[in-house]
Amino acid sequence: MSENKHLLEVEDLHVSFFTPAGEVKAVGGISYTLDEDEVMGIVGESGSGKSQEAYAIMGLLQSPGKVIGGSITFEGEDVLAKSKAEMTAFRGSRAAMIFQNPMTSLNPVYTIGNQLIEALVTHDKSISKEDAAARAMEMLTMVGINNVEQRMKQYPRELSGGMRQRVMIAMGLICHPKLLIADEPTTALDVTIQAQILELMKGLQKKTHMGIIFITHNLGVVAEICDKVCVMYAGKMVEQGPVDDIFYSPAHPYTEGLLRSMPRVDADSHERLIPIEGTPVDMLNPPEGCPFAPRCEYCMKVCLQKMPPYVEVGEDHRSACWLRVQEALEKKEGKNDG
Amino acid sequence: MAKYIVKRVLMALFTIFAIATVTFFLMKAVPGNPFVSEKSPPQSVIDALNAKYGLDQPLHVQYKMYMGNLLKGDLGVSVKMSKNYPVINIIKNNFPTSAKIGAIAIGWALIVGVILGCVSAYYRGKPADSTLRVVCTVGISMPSFVMANLLLLALCGSGKPFPAMFDPSTWKSFVLPCAALGFYPMCYIARQTRTSMLDSLNQEYIKTARAKGLGTWKIVFKHALRNAFIPVLTYLGPQIAFTLTGGFVVETVFSIPGLGRYFVQSISNRDYPVIMGTTIFLASFVIIMNLVVDILYKVVDPRINLAKEG
Repeated sequence: MSENKHLLEVEDLHVSFFTPAGEVKAVGGISYTLDEDEVMGIVGESGSGKSQEAYAIMGLLQSPGKVIGGSITFEGEDVLAKSKAEMTAFRGSRAAMIFQNPMTSLNPVYTIGNQLIEALVTHDKSISKEDAAARAMEMLTMVGINNVEQRMKQYPRELSGGMRQRVMIAMGLICHPKLLIADEPTTALDVTIQAQILELMKGLQKKTHMGIIFITHNLGVVAEICDKVCVMYAGKMVEQGPVDDIFYSPAHPYTEGLLRSMPRVDADSHERLIPIEGTPVDMLNPPEGCPFAPRCEYCMKVCLQKMPPYVEVGEDHRSACWLRVQEALEKKEGKNDG
Repeated sequence: MAKYIVKRVLMALFTIFAIATVTFFLMKAVPGNPFVSEKSPPQSVIDALNAKYGLDQPLHVQYKMYMGNLLKGDLGVSVKMSKNYPVINIIKNNFPTSAKIGAIAIGWALIVGVILGCVSAYYRGKPADSTLRVVCTVGISMPSFVMANLLLLALCGSGKPFPAMFDPSTWKSFVLPCAALGFYPMCYIARQTRTSMLDSLNQEYIKTARAKGLGTWKIVFKHALRNAFIPVLTYLGPQIAFTLTGGFVVETVFSIPGLGRYFVQSISNRDYPVIMGTTIFLASFVIIMNLVVDILYKVVDPRINLAKEG
C-alpha cells in the first residue's frame, strides 16, 4: 500500500431508512478522511446520524437501513463492494467497534474468556486454544484488568460497568484492527470511570497507532482525546476541522451553540449555560435548505432555501454555513478591489 | 446445590402424596363400580367381588389400605381391565412402547421446532417466516387425532408405504405415530422459539457478536439461542412427561399397545388401582421432569441462582 493513501476515506455517504412512513435520510452526504494514528470525533445530538454513519462502515446497518450513495474506502479497498462473507471477515479483524452500553453489550451466558477467545479464533482459525487464552489474558492485562486468570472464568454480571467496557475494548483490539469505532463508549459510565476509560483509550491508541472514530455528544470527551472533529446535525456534516480550531474558532452556529451549552471549569461559577433553542429536525420531513436554519439565531432567507456549500475557513477546517459563504465572497471581492 | 435437590425431592414426595390423595377421593366420588355394567352379574357376585378387593370397606379404611400398600411400593392389581394382573406390570409392559414413540416424537419436535423457530425469527417478515407461522398455527389448532387420521388415510394400508397394524419389530410402524405425536409440540416449540429469539436477536450483545465478525450461524445458534432457550425449556419439561407416557389418541388411531390406552380406559372402567397407578406414575414423571428442567436452567443460563429461589 502506498504511503499517501488514507486509512479510511468516506466520500459523500448517504444512508437512508425506508420506513413505512417514508424514507428517513439518516445520513445525508458526509465526507471525511481518517489516517492511521489519528483520532476523529463525530459529535452530534441523538438522531443526528452519527452512529448510523459508523454502522455503514462496519456493514452493520440493520434493515430497513441502507447505504444509498457515496463510497467508503478502507486501505484502498471499496468497503461497500465487499460480499457478505468478506464483510464478516473484515469486521473485528481490520475494523472493530465498541458500543455505548457495556452492561448489555456482553453476552450474559458466556464467560469473559469464552467471548474474548471467540473474537480471536473467528479470525485466526489456526491458533491453538492455549495461545488464544494467553493472548486473551494479555489483552485483559493491557486494558488494566487484574486477576486475569480468574476474570477469564467470570461472567459479565460479575464485573462492574467500567470493567465490562474494558473487556469490550480488549475484545475489540484482540485482532489488532487498524480502525476502532467507539460509539459513545463512555456515555453509560459515571464520570470517574469515564475519565479512566478515556485515559486507557488514549494510551492504547499511542501504543497501537490505530485510527479511532470516536462518536459522542460530549464535547469535553472530544477535547480530551480527538485530533479532529466532525460535527453532525440532522444527518449532515455542518463543520469539520482540527480540534483546536473547532473549540477556539467555531465556524458554524450549531457548533457555537454546542460549545456555549457545555459547562466549563474555567468559567465564572455564576455564568449561565446557554441552550440551543428549539427542537431537533423531524427526520421524516426535513426542512429545505440548511437543517439547522429553524433554530439558528443568524438565520437568513437563503438558509431556508438551499443547503450551503462547504467553505474552507482554515487549514482542513470546513463549514457549511451561508455566513461563511458570505464572508468568503466579501473577502474575494475585497481582494479583487484591491 | 445438594441442599436444593434434597429440598426439591422432599417437596416432590409431598406433591405425589397430595396428588394420590386427591385422585383417590375424586375417583371414589364418581358414581359407578368396576363390576357393574349393562350385563351386570347377579348382586351376590358383585358383593363377593367387592369383598374380595376390599371395596366394601368404608372409604377411610380403603384409603389407609391403599396408602399403606403404596408406601411398600405395591400399586395393587387391576380389578377389571386385565383381571388380577399387577398394575406395576401393566406399567412395566406398556410404558416402554409409549416411551419409545414419545421420545422419538419429542426429540424430532425439539430439534425441528428450535431450528424452524430460529429460521423464522432470523428471517422475520420474509416469506419463509410467514409460511412457517401459518404451518405452526395450523399445527397448534389441529387436534392430534385429525393429524393422525390424515396420516393414516394417506400413507397406511396395502400398497402404501406404512403398515396399518402396529408391529414393534419394524421401524416403519414408528414413523407415523411419532410424526403425529410430535407435530403439535414441534409447532409449539417453533412458535415459542421464534418469540424469544426475536427478543434476544435485538439485544446489544448480538450487535457485539456481529461487530466481532462472527458468522450468522454462530450468532443465531450460539449467542441468541442460548439466551432464548429458557421459555422452551420450561415448556419442554411437562411436555416430555406427557408425550412419553403415551398419547392416548395417537395410540388408539395406530392401535399401539401403549400406556396411554390404560390411562384413559381405566377411568371409564372404574378400574381403581389402574387409575391410581397410572396417575401417580404420570405425576411423578412430570415432577421429575420439572426438577430436571430447573437444574438445566442453571446450565443454560448461569445467571440463574437455584439456591436462592425454591
